[in-house]
Amino acid sequence: MTEKTFMAGFGGQGIISLGQLWVYSAIKEGLKVTFFPFYGAEKRGGIARASVIVSSDEIKSPIVTSADSVVVMNQDSVQIAEKVCKEGGTIFVNSSLVKTDPARPDARIVHVPCNDIALRLGDVRIANMVMMGALSKVTGAVKLDKLESILTSFFSSNKRALISLNIAAVEEGKKAVS
Amino acid sequence: MAEEIRLMKGNEAIGEAAVRAGCAAYFGYPITPQNELTAYMARQMLAKGRTFIQAESEVAAINMVYGASSTGVRAMTSSSSPGISLKQEGISYLCGADLPAVIVNVARSGPGLGGISPSQGDYFQATRGGGHGDYYTIVLAPKGVQEAADLTYEAFSISEKWRVPVLILADGLIGQMMEGVVLPEPIDPGTLPRKDWAVGHAAEMHRPYNHVTSLNLVPDELEAANRARFERYDQIKKELVRYEEIDVEDADLVFVAYGTAARVCHGALEMARAAGMRVGLFRPITLWPFPSVRLSELAEQGKHFLSVEMSMGQMVEDVRLAANGKAPVYFYGRSGGNVPSQEEVFAEVKRLMGL
Repeated sequence: MTEKTFMAGFGGQGIISLGQLWVYSAIKEGLKVTFFPFYGAEKRGGIARASVIVSSDEIKSPIVTSADSVVVMNQDSVQIAEKVCKEGGTIFVNSSLVKTDPARPDARIVHVPCNDIALRLGDVRIANMVMMGALSKVTGAVKLDKLESILTSFFSSNKRALISLNIAAVEEGKKAVS
Repeated sequence: MAEEIRLMKGNEAIGEAAVRAGCAAYFGYPITPQNELTAYMARQMLAKGRTFIQAESEVAAINMVYGASSTGVRAMTSSSSPGISLKQEGISYLCGADLPAVIVNVARSGPGLGGISPSQGDYFQATRGGGHGDYYTIVLAPKGVQEAADLTYEAFSISEKWRVPVLILADGLIGQMMEGVVLPEPIDPGTLPRKDWAVGHAAEMHRPYNHVTSLNLVPDELEAANRARFERYDQIKKELVRYEEIDVEDADLVFVAYGTAARVCHGALEMARAAGMRVGLFRPITLWPFPSVRLSELAEQGKHFLSVEMSMGQMVEDVRLAANGKAPVYFYGRSGGNVPSQEEVFAEVKRLMGL
């Protein structure tokens, strides 16, 4: 099994955290991983993208140029998703912010209203975790069943209260696509 | 119990491996894309009571390495391409004084200030000495985070064994990428044997004081020192050459690529094999000494070579020297910070095969 995912959004949406937690979970589930981020110098609002691969085998090129799945967190990233998604791949669209679907009739488009779900749970900043739940449910590549222990080491001790909120966001993301 | 797999950036894994190798002194100066390495060393070296100095410049940092290494401790610096250029004078001095050191280049695109994206444009500088005078440094080229950690760890003992600085030639992708890594056993610097050539402890050993210098104004003596060093180089060429071969045996066309480019070629190799093309991969791990002997054997067997680099064509010259006219050598490269995709490398294979 190899799942190559391209993640795209703007700085501040948690693209990098999403990719890191995805591959961290994959390692705990016994998979090989590569995570290569690239982002603008801006603290917020610049581009944020990541090439993310999880696999049961050794990973060759860490650059995702023909993605099995693409995560599109904002409208500006639609164009890159159209380019990077492989023939017949899956594109996950944050339908709260993305109003036009990628022009890829061959691809499966999965709509996840990440921001709306996150706001309903009480914090828009967990929109990325909603998306991760959806990605897990549809691709099956990473189960995320060891996420809680990972979040414990991911968050500093004064932020531990956020763990249950993040877990809830992942669960809601899974539900949104079942 | 299985060894713990940690998720780390290449830069951090290099830093942790150096700490575990018993590096007693690190000197650096910030530059993208290796900043996480300097930051990691700032935290870890100081926490362990070892020496960390953010120098006033790259030139100062490499000369601090010279000073620390003269005392016999494991010393290290790191930078990225323009910063490594600044260190070349000091590297030449280290070589002239036969001092060990570990120097990490997380290379970016050039020439000049260039860009901050990954590149392999420093191959010539790394493998031809880089500074003035007759010398080489040992050059190790990791293909990912695990190998970056393993080679950095080993670099210290290799450098001490041969008394030749070791350059780790990575690139911005390996530095910035995260992968799973199993880290080597920590070594306490206090338990490492003292060096009989080091300055500072000659009196208690009842020997004459050691004078560590690269200066020698007597031509015959300087030539003798150079000859002795080149005899060591010959020995290094016999003992240290490392490479990895994938599907080379039945291959008609063999990629020659190192580091990130080798990963891309491995992906292209799978695409080619799936299409029924007999393609292999030869990955030099030591760039100096270069695995010329093995490449020469493969050339004799009638294999064709395609050197794939993130440069305008540098290692391809060593491939041509090894092939020595016995096999065609082709080149495909991207520069400016662009990393080729496996699809475009595969397209080049199809073009060469007339498909």
